[in-house]
Amino acid sequence: MLRRTLLCTALAFASAAVAVPAMAQSAYPDRPIQLIVPWGAGGGTDAVARILGTLLQQELGVPVNVVNRTGGSGVVGHSAIATAKPDGYTIGVVTIEIDMMHWQGLTALTYKDFDFLAMVNADPGGVMVSVDSPYKTLPDLLAAIKEKPSGTFKASGTGQGGIWHLGLAGWMLSHGLKPDQVTWVPSQGAAPGITDMVAGGVDIVPTSLAEGRSMIDAKRVIALGSMSPERQELFPDAPTLKESVQSDWTLAVWRTIAAPKGLPEDVATKLGVALEKAYNSPEYKKFMTERGFGMRWADGKEATRIVSEDDATLGKIMKEAGFAK
Amino acid sequence: MLIFEQAAALVFDPYVLGVILASAIFGMLVGAIPGLTATMATALLVPMTFFMDPVPAIAAIVTATAMAIFAGDIPAALLRMPGTPSSAAYVDDAYKMTQSGRGDEALGAALVFSAIGGLFGSIVLMTLAPALAEVALRFSSEEYFWLVLLGLSCAVFVTPSSPTRGLISLLFGLFVATIGMENPSGEPRFSFGNLELMAGIQFIPAMIGLFAISEILRTVTATIPRQKIPRSDGHGIFKTQWKNLKKYPVQTVRGNITGTALGILPGAGADIAAWISYAISKRFSKTPEKFGTGHVEGLVEAGASNNSAVSGAWIPALVFGIPGDSITAIVIGVLYIKGINPGPTIFINDPQTVYAIFMVFILANLIMLPLGWLAIRGARPMLSIPPSTLMPMILIFCIVGAFAIANSTAGIVMMLIFGIIGFFMEENDIPIAPAILGMVLGPMLEQNFITSMIKADGDIFRFFERPIAGGLGVFTILIWTLPLVMLLLRRRKQARLAT
Repeated sequence: MLRRTLLCTALAFASAAVAVPAMAQSAYPDRPIQLIVPWGAGGGTDAVARILGTLLQQELGVPVNVVNRTGGSGVVGHSAIATAKPDGYTIGVVTIEIDMMHWQGLTALTYKDFDFLAMVNADPGGVMVSVDSPYKTLPDLLAAIKEKPSGTFKASGTGQGGIWHLGLAGWMLSHGLKPDQVTWVPSQGAAPGITDMVAGGVDIVPTSLAEGRSMIDAKRVIALGSMSPERQELFPDAPTLKESVQSDWTLAVWRTIAAPKGLPEDVATKLGVALEKAYNSPEYKKFMTERGFGMRWADGKEATRIVSEDDATLGKIMKEAGFAK
Repeated sequence: MLIFEQAAALVFDPYVLGVILASAIFGMLVGAIPGLTATMATALLVPMTFFMDPVPAIAAIVTATAMAIFAGDIPAALLRMPGTPSSAAYVDDAYKMTQSGRGDEALGAALVFSAIGGLFGSIVLMTLAPALAEVALRFSSEEYFWLVLLGLSCAVFVTPSSPTRGLISLLFGLFVATIGMENPSGEPRFSFGNLELMAGIQFIPAMIGLFAISEILRTVTATIPRQKIPRSDGHGIFKTQWKNLKKYPVQTVRGNITGTALGILPGAGADIAAWISYAISKRFSKTPEKFGTGHVEGLVEAGASNNSAVSGAWIPALVFGIPGDSITAIVIGVLYIKGINPGPTIFINDPQTVYAIFMVFILANLIMLPLGWLAIRGARPMLSIPPSTLMPMILIFCIVGAFAIANSTAGIVMMLIFGIIGFFMEENDIPIAPAILGMVLGPMLEQNFITSMIKADGDIFRFFERPIAGGLGVFTILIWTLPLVMLLLRRRKQARLAT
């Protein structure tokens, strides 16, 4: 058993190696490709990049190396992608933060500095409360938020001005409430925020429902709503904001694969095709659904459209909430 | 009993055992190279685990991390390059032991007591996980605030010389922790518009700089030729540990319990555990003056503590899917991929797999002993290399490590700057350890203080309102004021006697 599995693995690697010269004849790619991840090893973006990198490697026949360039709330890594040579040998994962950080005055970099190849994932936001919360439905919670003085309710799940903070502010604004009607308690991410909510520290966590999945399964957290146009497959009991409280607010964090601006047409096409194949592989689908990540495909053109629309929406909210510089 | 048999069948399969051995060697190599962390080892393993069954996949990660964390002690003891913040707590003792020819004993202690700590943590995980995870859920920012303050108080104990110098060092560390924009307000501080500084001071390069680069500088500038390190006899790796275990049984047990308890709390973890254990050890030691001069006692307790904390971190991860550290964060992802959904029902739905994971924990901690022994023996020739050859080699390792942490040259620059700072600190008898403590705990202190204040709308008494927070708060304040009260009482008594 051991020998057979090892043999299989060895064969798999060997065939990948043999595939290299065969495919290299068509010019691109003939050497390893670098896939830059602006976030740390072990996080969600890193995990998506690593599975996608492994699959791309099989498609393209050259090694795809995942490189984490962390720091500066994503600015460092995004800059590294944008300023690389647009030859197709440096690509990267561009996340929704690209639509936020230039409004905050952290960098001059915007989505316009990239050529988007594909969108490979999107996770809609949600509204979660602890099982001990007196509010069991979204209309109940919203009525209480409206009725009680501003600041009575506390929410957490990202840093100050982070994406889910904006998600909450956007939801409040859609009901004509002040963006800071619910006080934001900054946290180091969704998991600490959810833990703190269960410990009784905060009332609401508006992050993606996937991040609360284990606690929802453990019946410690209730998913009251989803910030998506339709209900999410994994969380069928969570109504959309539209059907529950007639809010038009939707927000999803996405991950795209992008290259520096100015990528040659043929390289972009080749990468786009390879990405689509990787996306449609059973391995990718299994990985994403098991992890609770939302499947979302958009080709380069559509991805650019979504990214630019979100840029405008987030910019508006950040200005109203006072985060824009 | 049937479940145990099924679990054993899952683990004692030649393929699984092969995976365990391979990942043990992999973890040992990654851990022994400073700058490459256990987290990195785990992240690198993830794509490989895609092709494995659940048990070997988890086994690979468990084994590699346990090994990497122990192996981090090897460069710490031999070259004064701690691989993790938790091994920084006792790096000076380990390094000084090596300098006086007791390197085998130091590393042996790190190895044996790491294994003991790991085994203890695993047993707690196996028997009490669901109940303890409930306790972890009661901790909010107020409780963590007090825990961090308790941790900071340890600075007093990790300072060998005068408390004032310790305080200078601690405040320096706390200042470094404020740099960047990873703070609750999200505003960049002391970054001067520099992109790299905006990310904050990277911890590992700073630590390598403070400890290792400063040591290189000292060797280079030393006017007195360095004393040759006496050779150790080579049979002492395990033999001396039996003696240490008999001599320090209380320390071992205390380290195990402290480590496991702090490991279970998702906001605390192995880093705080090692420091608090080292401080406890010194506080209750019969010979506190020997700490920091190459004394094995603190190493025993803190070494046991950080490994048991690593096992402890799996408790909230398995029971509630709450990551206690960056490693368990990755593991939770792998568990989901493998269809083992963390949650209270994991013990009911998937008992064979869970018990197989427990067995892997035990196996990993046992296999650590022979492999660690080999690694220690293998690393020993490094000590007989003359400094003129060794120091450039260490420098190369430092540069690789500082670069690898974020794949950026900024790490190297930071490391060199901190090396110079560390050199001047030590030349002026300012200890380095409290600065590291400040850098580890500074961000946590700020985060927990600010979030508690926001939640309480600025009411400072909220720190005492929740029962656990109140208890911890009173306990912390007592620890601070007790020596003062005792002093006053004694003075009064003396005054009364005098009249």
